[in-house]
Amino acid sequence: MSEQQSILTMTGIYKGFPGVKALDNVSLRLFSGEIHALMGENGAGKSTLIKVMTGVYTIDEGIIELDGQPIAVQSPLESQEVGISTVYQEVNLCPNLTVAENIFIGREPRKFGRILWKEMNEKAKKLLSERLHLEIDVTLPLHDYSVAIQQLVSIARALNISAKVLILDEPTSSLDQNEVKQLFNIMMKLKEEGLAILFVTHFLDQVYEVSDRITILRNGQFVGEYMTTDLPQLELVSKMIGKTLQAFEEMPKSHKQNKQDQWFAEAKGLGRSGVIEPFNLNIGYGEVVGLAGLLGSGRTEVARLFFGADRADQGTLQFEGNKSIHSPRQALENSIAFCSENRKTEGIIEDLTIRENIILALQANRGWFRRIPRKRQNAIADEYIKILNINPPIPEQLIKNLSGGNQQKVLLGRWLLTQPKLLILDEPTRGIDIGAKAEIQKLVLSLSEEGMSVLFVSSELDEVIRVSDRIVVLRDRHIVQEMTNTEMNQQSIMKAIAGGGGK
Amino acid sequence: MMKRIMKHHLFYPLVVLGVLLLFNFIYSPDFFSLEMRNGQLYGSLIDILNFGAPLMLVSIGMTLVIATKGIDLSVGSIVAISGAMACLTISQGTDQNAFSLVITAIGTALLLSIVLGMWNGFLVTGAGIQPIIATLILMVAGRGIAQLITDGQIITVVSSNYQFLGSGSLFSLPFSIFVVLIVLLAATLLTRKTALGLFIESVGNNPEASRLSGIKSSMVIFVVYIFCGLCAGIAGLLLSSNVASADGNNAGLWYELDAILAVVIGGTSLNGGRFFLMGTIIGALIIQTLTTTIYMTGVSPEITLVVKACVVLAVCLIQSEFFRKSFVKRKKTRTSVDKEVMPYL
Repeated sequence: MSEQQSILTMTGIYKGFPGVKALDNVSLRLFSGEIHALMGENGAGKSTLIKVMTGVYTIDEGIIELDGQPIAVQSPLESQEVGISTVYQEVNLCPNLTVAENIFIGREPRKFGRILWKEMNEKAKKLLSERLHLEIDVTLPLHDYSVAIQQLVSIARALNISAKVLILDEPTSSLDQNEVKQLFNIMMKLKEEGLAILFVTHFLDQVYEVSDRITILRNGQFVGEYMTTDLPQLELVSKMIGKTLQAFEEMPKSHKQNKQDQWFAEAKGLGRSGVIEPFNLNIGYGEVVGLAGLLGSGRTEVARLFFGADRADQGTLQFEGNKSIHSPRQALENSIAFCSENRKTEGIIEDLTIRENIILALQANRGWFRRIPRKRQNAIADEYIKILNINPPIPEQLIKNLSGGNQQKVLLGRWLLTQPKLLILDEPTRGIDIGAKAEIQKLVLSLSEEGMSVLFVSSELDEVIRVSDRIVVLRDRHIVQEMTNTEMNQQSIMKAIAGGGGK
Repeated sequence: MMKRIMKHHLFYPLVVLGVLLLFNFIYSPDFFSLEMRNGQLYGSLIDILNFGAPLMLVSIGMTLVIATKGIDLSVGSIVAISGAMACLTISQGTDQNAFSLVITAIGTALLLSIVLGMWNGFLVTGAGIQPIIATLILMVAGRGIAQLITDGQIITVVSSNYQFLGSGSLFSLPFSIFVVLIVLLAATLLTRKTALGLFIESVGNNPEASRLSGIKSSMVIFVVYIFCGLCAGIAGLLLSSNVASADGNNAGLWYELDAILAVVIGGTSLNGGRFFLMGTIIGALIIQTLTTTIYMTGVSPEITLVVKACVVLAVCLIQSEFFRKSFVKRKKTRTSVDKEVMPYL
């Protein structure tokens, strides 16, 4: 295999940010007709490496060669021109333009400056059906389609720019299982067509399902390049975090039986038309209730109703017997905290520092005039940075400069600081690495030991099973099943999710 | 150390102000001279502070509005309305110089400004209209209101007590400077010694995340528009008191644009979030110094606006980190190219 010529070679790449060495002598080789997985924990430098490759950042040192020629791309546009295309985690197309427009934007077929709409639509349709086996109406606006299809459209756009190298940055993090399968089929097909694909993901199973080669980064340093077949999963994990991982095995697993007839929260016939059908759901003191179900099954919607982020239009929701809430503000006053699944749009305040992001909810609860003294703010920030192991441990660092997992930890800190009685976590471990995942799961368990109730939403079944005392399964905006202790296993949950019609 | 100074958000605004002052000094060396007449200091610098006071006031309010990702186009009109209201009240009194009458006039005008600010705040938060449109309504209608108050005339007042506001002096300095200082101090205390500043920055940066963190976003925005209205109202008092008359048509004309410019020069982004009150003050001073400079150097009236535009463009380019970087880069590559080319020559 090694005599094979690589299409893209990066050697001795260095990239530093103020106070941080993001990439420290990193190498990467991509081969035509191969799917190459880039692995590493949060903050290992994966995103930075991709951004360097695509010209978002310029490197401080090192060589990037494409087809044996050294290249120095200065902008994402240039990198596309030389044949490196990227599909980012969050689809970054224009949702209000049509599918065809999105694919051809900037390169529309023209005649005398006039756009040939018909030709463009036909080309787009052909491209999607031939290369991606996707038959859709390309004249509809992009937002009419699911995230999965939008993702495929952005791949189509990338392909259309005659890509030699296709970078997929966490493409599967917002897809359900069928969609992932569809995506993998397409990746396999593109691979056979001779494309070099760089695949970044946090799902280990997916790496083993599709990739041929793995490069591992740790703390901005190059750990090694391996053939997937030669690297057992456990070894991969231990190389990623730099020690053998026993975190998951060690996890205590004592499911509590909720015997009290006193509930912390009681929802009766709670619902919001068009969003979630009326449901009953109680949460006990110190109980961890897991919500499982496919994307769009109503998991997030249930969580949002419990926080008052959306208003219920039917049913009642009461806390501690008699209190009710109608807004996040009231939720906060009643010691309820909610970590949204959309870290970026509903969680972090980008331009504020770690310290400010942590104290925000507590300060909001105290009101304007009872400002937390600066000294105390600093103490709080230091404390939570330490407890949650936030990296870099600099309170005055802007949160936007942190990796996804560390941002998540800051948000957890924000809510833990308010000392909630009910903590609602919507996909708290999405898009973050395995080490941080284990840390967060452990934290949830220890919090519930201390008497905090937790509503835990996740699309990873093993995770839900691991932390929950009770699991509630949703399908098509209904709660379909509740299970406790012994019934809780992957199979039964899958069955509940799939429903009667499932095979 | 040098790097840290250059990184400071006030560095470039101060450099620009310094360059403008230096230009003035070279052009007319007595620019910096101050003289004492009748116990009051006179000189170009004092003039800049005095004439710039209304703009500084309006800009302080505008800074907070912009920090919430909003904008207030109606400040110019509020300046006119406030001045008109005060002058009308005084002109209707029997003894125009009566202290109680002047206080009533000021009180009425400021109260009206607050109501106008509430109107803007309501349109933005209650009715959910985009700030630029919401405040455009009062920007246009406000001129009409001001003329309605003055009945289409220019109201002149003879009241030394009222005129003290805009042309009186305290400790040998124009009184208006102290008004600015007090408002600036109040704004700083209000935003930095309470959590309001944090909330404003948070709401401006990410309204939804702020709401989910339990911040009453609409309350924060509402208050900010009221404060902006109040600032514009005070500016209107200074302006009308300085000329002892109220002109519904022209008072405060285009102030909104100068204020927005001052805020942006001061380093606050139109995208909301972080705000810099001191930066805004320096921005307003830059604009006022520029205006004074242009008058002083005798640029012919028909091209003053063009000259002003050019300088403003230069200021904005210097402020833009992107431009500075690409400028430096281009210069670097050019010199390296020159070196490579040299041997062949």
